[in-house]
Amino acid sequence: MAFARRSFKPISTTTSFFRRRLLTTTTDDITVETSVPFTGHNCEPPSRSVSTNPKELLSFFTDMALMRRMEIAADSLYKSKLIRGFCHLYDGQEAVCVGMEAAITKKDCIITAYRDHCIFLGRGGTLLESFAELMGRQAGCSKGKGGSMHFYKKDACFFGGHGIVGAQVPLGCGLAFAQKFRKEDHVTFAMYGDGAANQGQLFEALNMAALWDLPAILVCENNHYGMGTAEWRAAKSPAYYKRGDYVPGLKVDGMDAFAVKQACKFAKEHALKNGPIILEMDTYRYHGHSMSDPGSTYRTRDEISGVRQERDPIERIRKLILAHDLATEKELKDIEKQARKEVDEAIAQAKESPMPEESELFTNVYRKGLGVESFGTDRKELRATLP
Amino acid sequence: MFGIVRQNVGGARGLSSQGLNSMVRLRPIASVIRNYSSATKEMTVRDALNSALDEEMAADPNVYVMGEEVGEYQGAYKITKGLLDKYGPERVVDTPITEAGFAGIGVGSAYHGLRPVIEFMTFNFSMQAIDHVINSAAKSNYMSAGQINVPIVFRGPNGPAAGVGAQHSQCYGAWYGSVPGLKVLVPYSSEDARGLLKAAIRDPDPVVFLENELLYGESFPVSAEALDSSFCLPIGKAKIEREGKDITITAFSKMVGYALKAAEILEKDGINAEVINLRSIRPLDRATINASVRKTNRLVTVEEGFPQHGIGAEICASVVEDSFGYLDAPVERVAGADVPTPYAANLERMAFPQIEDIVRAAKRVCYRSVPLAATA
Repeated sequence: MAFARRSFKPISTTTSFFRRRLLTTTTDDITVETSVPFTGHNCEPPSRSVSTNPKELLSFFTDMALMRRMEIAADSLYKSKLIRGFCHLYDGQEAVCVGMEAAITKKDCIITAYRDHCIFLGRGGTLLESFAELMGRQAGCSKGKGGSMHFYKKDACFFGGHGIVGAQVPLGCGLAFAQKFRKEDHVTFAMYGDGAANQGQLFEALNMAALWDLPAILVCENNHYGMGTAEWRAAKSPAYYKRGDYVPGLKVDGMDAFAVKQACKFAKEHALKNGPIILEMDTYRYHGHSMSDPGSTYRTRDEISGVRQERDPIERIRKLILAHDLATEKELKDIEKQARKEVDEAIAQAKESPMPEESELFTNVYRKGLGVESFGTDRKELRATLP
Repeated sequence: MFGIVRQNVGGARGLSSQGLNSMVRLRPIASVIRNYSSATKEMTVRDALNSALDEEMAADPNVYVMGEEVGEYQGAYKITKGLLDKYGPERVVDTPITEAGFAGIGVGSAYHGLRPVIEFMTFNFSMQAIDHVINSAAKSNYMSAGQINVPIVFRGPNGPAAGVGAQHSQCYGAWYGSVPGLKVLVPYSSEDARGLLKAAIRDPDPVVFLENELLYGESFPVSAEALDSSFCLPIGKAKIEREGKDITITAFSKMVGYALKAAEILEKDGINAEVINLRSIRPLDRATINASVRKTNRLVTVEEGFPQHGIGAEICASVVEDSFGYLDAPVERVAGADVPTPYAANLERMAFPQIEDIVRAAKRVCYRSVPLAATA
């Protein structure tokens, strides 16, 4: 799944790299065991054995390396004040969106909260669109008018990018409602965090999804901290996969891309037949809640480095690739270098992109503006007609 | 024609179920009839809304209705009567009492191309879901730079009913009217109800459609044109219900009826009032309002909502900005009292504008500076 690179190089030069290595093994199946077995709530969990192939393994590595690079670069951009406002980084959680994409199609919908950069990339968004949006430029996916928390890609059924904690869950159930209304064979993954898991509207929406058998999959990305509050301080029952009560749930190692892939495949089959299901992804974010949060006042540095040592999702895939002899260490390092290069090029290009035209202040307020007048701060000074 | 019949709506959530124990009927007056096109049919606002929903659901399979009691109960106020039988439970969806949940589900389905009509049993309950109306619906087209539009309608009764107390009587016109990205409509007559609801459902943006419980049972003449299934009223255009030259009275929803009655009384005192039915709070038809004030030079705004930061305040500001030189008197606001709504009937009567309040304000506006020369 080479997504971002399409905006920079013709595909042939990148995939030729793989063709040299993987002449005979591209389509041969490999079976991988998930790190830990799944735990089910009101359902029979799927098998720990996940089938994959060298192409997928390498694409997991490449995609996650790119995502990791992008988030780390965003950290620097924020510190140099090129990114303003809120910036919530996903590094550490990459396996969730990469594993999910491997199990679904672009007609299945995804909706998430504000930690959305990598999910956008997973849906086919480009690095340029991402960095330009973060820097508020015209080339951004929302033309610079949304910002970090409001990335969208409707043609790939990615519906954002939401700033209000928990709101995306009823919205996601609404996407599933539309899919069922239209009798589609697709599902919606509504992603939320352990902090949002306590929101009332989540239970309201889940109740309706269960009543009406909506193909909604609620994915709790449990990184164990809702902003600065640890899960045990916020939830009487932090077993989020069980919180659906009558709705079945599955607990998944969210740092294991194959566990995520298996779980999402299982969930999609379930949701199409039986209605909603909850997936709890046990994951971790290396950064704080956002760039304004150092992330070290409520957890120890040992904990963070411990997870990085033991459970890093990219390292896990690296070890698998090396164990199956699909690439050498150097080749993997080259992939990471390439990711770095692509990110740097995208940032340079994004910096070239201009800020939006001033007239854009008044565009897209409505889809159909009816020729209505809108006003700037000094209405005698600035008025506009909405088309 | 101005019969106000209180209908028994069957104890829905403690709201008014006055039965038929009080009827106020006024004889139609010729000068008012002349403003309606020659009509052969009368229709209640309830039937107007019902027929509009029916026609739009027939025309577009993506339109569906969702809310509490909209299906099997036939609607808390019977606005959705008969729709379940005709369109089935997939398109007329009864929900649990969970506004935040179903408003969010509605908006999400609109993201994916459906055209939901979400009913709030009253707009007081929309406060439970207001984040979805504003942050999920109104702002999405802007934040996504046009990728995600939200063709949703939120409709239901707004403002006071009769004796329903403080928590069930608030008007939300000013709050929703202040949000860019929303359209806010306020029908008065049956023609308004039909034309504006059809326009709202067809509109690609989120529309807040504020009805009035006490108007549901009121009958209005409807023209043949309005009965046609393609009938639509433009959004953002006010209607001059009664032409006049001495003062402008703006009103919306139930207050239009009160303003018209006030105008009849003022006529006897030689004050010829122009009554504007706003029809749309957002966009606000500043052009029509200002043109009228430039003609009459005096303005009284009428609304049932709380006075501070209300609709009259916005209209006054607009007129001061655009037509200051034309004003012969300061603008007067008649609004709900600045208190939570009391229950006792005498206090409740003091809490909402009555016809005499409009008349008094209008007279003040006329005698404030030079007395009216020609009153005949």
